[in-house]
Amino acid sequence: MTQPKAQESRTMPGPRGPMGRGMGGPRAKLDLKQQGKTIRRLLGYLTRGYKLRLILVAVCILASALTGVAGSLFLRILIDDYITPLIGMEHPVFTGLLQTIFTMALIYMMGVVSSWLYNRIMAVIAQGVLRKIREDMFAHMQTLPIRYFDTHPIGDVMSRYTNDTDTLRQMISASLPQMFASVVTVLAVFCAMVSTSIWLTLLVLASLAVMMAVTRKVAGHSGKFFVRQQQALGKTNSYIEEMINGQKVVKVFCHEEQSKADFDRLNEELCHDATQANRFANILGPIMNNLGHLQYVLIAIVGGALAVSGLGGLTLGAIASFLDLSKNFTMPINQVSQQLNSVIMALAGADRIFQLMDEEPETDEGYVTLVNAREENGVLTEAAEHTGRWAWKHPHGDGTITYTPMEGDVQFFDVDFGYTEEKLVLHNVSLHAEPGQKMAFVGATGAGKTTITNLINRFYDLADGKIRYDGININKIKKNDLRRSLGIVLQDTNLFTGTVMENIRYGRLDATDEEVYAAARRANADGFIAMLPEGYDTVLSGDGAGLSQGQRQLLSIARAAVADPPVMILDEATSSIDTRTEAIVQKGMDALMHGRTVFVIAHRLSTVQNSDMILVLEQGRIIERGTHRSLIASQGKYYQLYTGVFELE
Amino acid sequence: MLKHLLRCVGTYKKDSILAPLLVSLEVLMEVVIPLLMAYLIDWGITPGNMEVIIRTGIALVFSAVISLAFGCLSGHYAAKASAGFAKNLRKKMFHHVQDYSFSNIDRFSTASLVTRLTTDVTNVQNAYQMIIRIAVRAPAMLIFSLIMAVQINPRLALVFLVTIPILGTGLALIVTNAYPIFERVFRTYDKLNSVVQENLRGIRVVKSFVREEHEKEKFGAVSKSIYEDFSRAERILAFNSPLMQFSMYLCVLLIAWFGTQMIVSSTLTTGELMSLITYAGQILSSLMMLAMIFVMLTMSRASAERIVEVILEQSDIHSPANPITEVKDGEIVYEHVNFTYGRGRGEEGLCLKDICLRIPSGSTVGILGGTGSAKSTLIQMIPRLYDATQGSVRVGGADVREYDLNVLREQVAVVLQKNVLFSGTIKENLRWGSPEATDEELERVCRLAQADGFIRSFPDGYDTYIEQGGANVSGGQKQRLCIARALLKKPRILILDDSTSAVDTQTDALIRKAFREEIPETTKLIIAQRIASVMDADQIIVMNNGRVDAAGTHAELMEQSPIYREVYESQIKGGNGNDAA
Repeated sequence: MTQPKAQESRTMPGPRGPMGRGMGGPRAKLDLKQQGKTIRRLLGYLTRGYKLRLILVAVCILASALTGVAGSLFLRILIDDYITPLIGMEHPVFTGLLQTIFTMALIYMMGVVSSWLYNRIMAVIAQGVLRKIREDMFAHMQTLPIRYFDTHPIGDVMSRYTNDTDTLRQMISASLPQMFASVVTVLAVFCAMVSTSIWLTLLVLASLAVMMAVTRKVAGHSGKFFVRQQQALGKTNSYIEEMINGQKVVKVFCHEEQSKADFDRLNEELCHDATQANRFANILGPIMNNLGHLQYVLIAIVGGALAVSGLGGLTLGAIASFLDLSKNFTMPINQVSQQLNSVIMALAGADRIFQLMDEEPETDEGYVTLVNAREENGVLTEAAEHTGRWAWKHPHGDGTITYTPMEGDVQFFDVDFGYTEEKLVLHNVSLHAEPGQKMAFVGATGAGKTTITNLINRFYDLADGKIRYDGININKIKKNDLRRSLGIVLQDTNLFTGTVMENIRYGRLDATDEEVYAAARRANADGFIAMLPEGYDTVLSGDGAGLSQGQRQLLSIARAAVADPPVMILDEATSSIDTRTEAIVQKGMDALMHGRTVFVIAHRLSTVQNSDMILVLEQGRIIERGTHRSLIASQGKYYQLYTGVFELE
Repeated sequence: MLKHLLRCVGTYKKDSILAPLLVSLEVLMEVVIPLLMAYLIDWGITPGNMEVIIRTGIALVFSAVISLAFGCLSGHYAAKASAGFAKNLRKKMFHHVQDYSFSNIDRFSTASLVTRLTTDVTNVQNAYQMIIRIAVRAPAMLIFSLIMAVQINPRLALVFLVTIPILGTGLALIVTNAYPIFERVFRTYDKLNSVVQENLRGIRVVKSFVREEHEKEKFGAVSKSIYEDFSRAERILAFNSPLMQFSMYLCVLLIAWFGTQMIVSSTLTTGELMSLITYAGQILSSLMMLAMIFVMLTMSRASAERIVEVILEQSDIHSPANPITEVKDGEIVYEHVNFTYGRGRGEEGLCLKDICLRIPSGSTVGILGGTGSAKSTLIQMIPRLYDATQGSVRVGGADVREYDLNVLREQVAVVLQKNVLFSGTIKENLRWGSPEATDEELERVCRLAQADGFIRSFPDGYDTYIEQGGANVSGGQKQRLCIARALLKKPRILILDDSTSAVDTQTDALIRKAFREEIPETTKLIIAQRIASVMDADQIIVMNNGRVDAAGTHAELMEQSPIYREVYESQIKGGNGNDAA
């Protein structure tokens, strides 16, 4: 049975990620200062490397917006300067008109070209910026301490690469240029309107105010129901998920009718809220549209009345072009107000992305490094090539360097540790694993077994006490070198998309094919790999879906085997393999463990019986230690576990 | 495909017809407006006739208001129709999935079913709303405006003969060139997501093997290919709005040039010229809209197909026409049963090969075997979770395929290996076994399953709320609750598929003792990894590679079966032998 056992470290209490993706959370309202900072930072990305192109974009947007305004004014010239005077002429001359049209054609051409230019450049800039942000974010994420990953759910981090970057894409490539163009248009049109007629301009402003008020009201309703719809959708979806995942149980209990009835109720609610939400969203279009028409009509009537009464000196051409201008005035304003929402969402997304980038990376003040070594006349020296022997290179303050052979001797001195400062999960742990020894940890979930191994590879830092590795305080060892010297096999196998070969080679990237085969043979994975359709070239996807849990574990053992480290940590490495197969794997494992220091965590006590030292943990303390035989003889907790008086879950 | 989807419109047919009808009327009124405007300018403003201005103005306001009303109503009906359609779709799918057999579910995988019921339905809902409203509005606008333009001046309307093909071909080129790239981008996006997800899941592996740089390279490669594809697609899309502007400007200039000459020769009025320009805008932008609709609809087609697949999937396990409605006793017989999950893969694909077994009513049978030896498959034939490919399984003297499905499953209780508790109280979960069970009955079965003790230790006792997936109880507790739930059915046959693996050996022994004493007449099948769980059974079946390797009592098997002996020795020798967890 492959019951997913939560990693012990995950059971820690603590902030469960402050950024739920729900709507209307406290995140939805960013304070202005924060928003300003986010915008500046985004601009930083935009201007870095794209300064010249951005200036070109601005010029093009300006040109394209002004072309639109020129189009409206063209109508006035057309009517007042050509049509009206030409009417009634005996022999109308069209050469002037032809010239004007030709000029207009040129202006339009320029507008079209500049619009194409800025669209194209902006698209490329947006993609470039997004790529940079994406890669920066991923690179930074690789430096974060394990603690970050404990406290942030995967889905939450993922959404920064998907939803948040996507809203950002829309903003950079669409909203930003459009908003800029809109502002330019509105300003230019406003000037043109004022110069045509102040009274009519005031009328436009008044009707605009009415339009904005109505829009706000409807949009507000729509928003409210969209939140409700989202909630109902969430409820229905999670019901679907629960029932489909438990579908086999539903069938076994003939519970189909009941679950249909429950579903229908939720579905009905969702339908109601969805109807409401969509209704308000749907009527927004016609409302805006027809209010626009009404405004248009109003201007025509008032303009006509003014022209008839001779007030304000309006010509027919002026009214005609003003009608066009008023459309060009309200349209961009509506567009901006529609864009505003997506801009705010994008800024919130950007804020989340930057938050991840601002997380403190793992610190590493270590200076002791791991080097290839050669022994000549009893003295260790550094070697450039792979020698099969390793040494710790330890530079001292006075410039001298000492080399310590790497042997795999691990010592804990009174180690205290807690995931949070308030609550320690390990108390006073002292232990000594000598080179080549097999040390096992036994205890209930949450007793601190995995935590101990997490301290050895410095996934977390100690609260108190000291750990020495080959006599060196591990704080002095560079983290990457420390980790390279430790092999680890976890219960959660975590294979990667790629071939079987690539997955095993993950342990040591420069391993030859032969070395990979040898490692697979040692882990006893060779047999089933040969049965796969493409053998070692079989592509695994989705964490090795299609393989059994046991087979996945064998692969991860092979992966550790190819790395060939002096110290191995096996955290429930064989828990999903049945006892018969385990017995076979065990032979491979024993070969693998030979001559190495090994830390084993297993809930199957048969797996740990042959350890040199068994440590029994309870609530973060070592309560018993000894060999299997001595622990059975002392009839303590281990004895009780062994005889099955307690369950270890 | 469409036929099956449209059947789900159901009672929302009225709304689905009203929405496009009303939107057409909305467009009709909207199209009248420029015509009235032309009249207002030509007969009101130009000659300075205030009366005409006011009369036409009122007519204009009237048409705008009517158009508004139609627009809002159509929006209302479209929302109702699409939400209702989605509701019916979801309902149909969910109900249908409830009737699926195990092999149907396996074929889709649960994750894919969930996506189909959620994301895909939402996509289709949006597409449907678009079809009955926007997809009607755009062509209607195009046609009505065109008719109006021709009405005003057929000769001048010829400019559309030039501009519509230009814009149309341009848009078609853009769509056909950009769309395949976008499709590719979305696939690459999936790859990016999986790189990030694998990295996050395996962050401990990444860090322990110091593979940060390697991961960055992997991510960088995918990120780069997204950048390149996306840039290419966006560069094509960048033609979109300049193309639109070009066509519009071309219209304006052509109309201005020819129009002026016509006005001068008195075959056109100024107002008409302006309304033609307005129509030009409406015609071209609806063309643009059509292109967008086309793209969106193609994108949602995949979702529609995935939904129809779910609806069309036929359950392969049904109750027979004249079913037996009573299970006589708990006797189980396998007669030459072969089974394969895949269809028609011949001898090698068989998971179960020639199984012959006889299990008397009321006996206790243990089943042992390594991973992949088809233990679970063996027992899933009994409640017809799967049907035998060849041969027959008989319960209570009759072939399982002759029983009414519900009757059979009521009498055969299976505690599945991958078992699930649902969000709800402990009581609610237990009552899945029997909705009418009294509290006393609940407590009785919980005592049998050794669950009563820990339930009482919870502050809320039997009313303790179980989180989704049973996240707030331990594995051993979950297993015992699942056993209690199955016991509540008072079945003739009880099957435990590795259901006590997280329970300690003592409790495990107590559960078996309770079975022996309290439900002696029930046939009990116990699949286990732990040999101690099956050692005292009346009969032990050793499975190997889909065959019954040996069957008999503990003593017999110790003599005859090398596999059994091997397992026994690996677990028992040198101690009392057990997995502690």
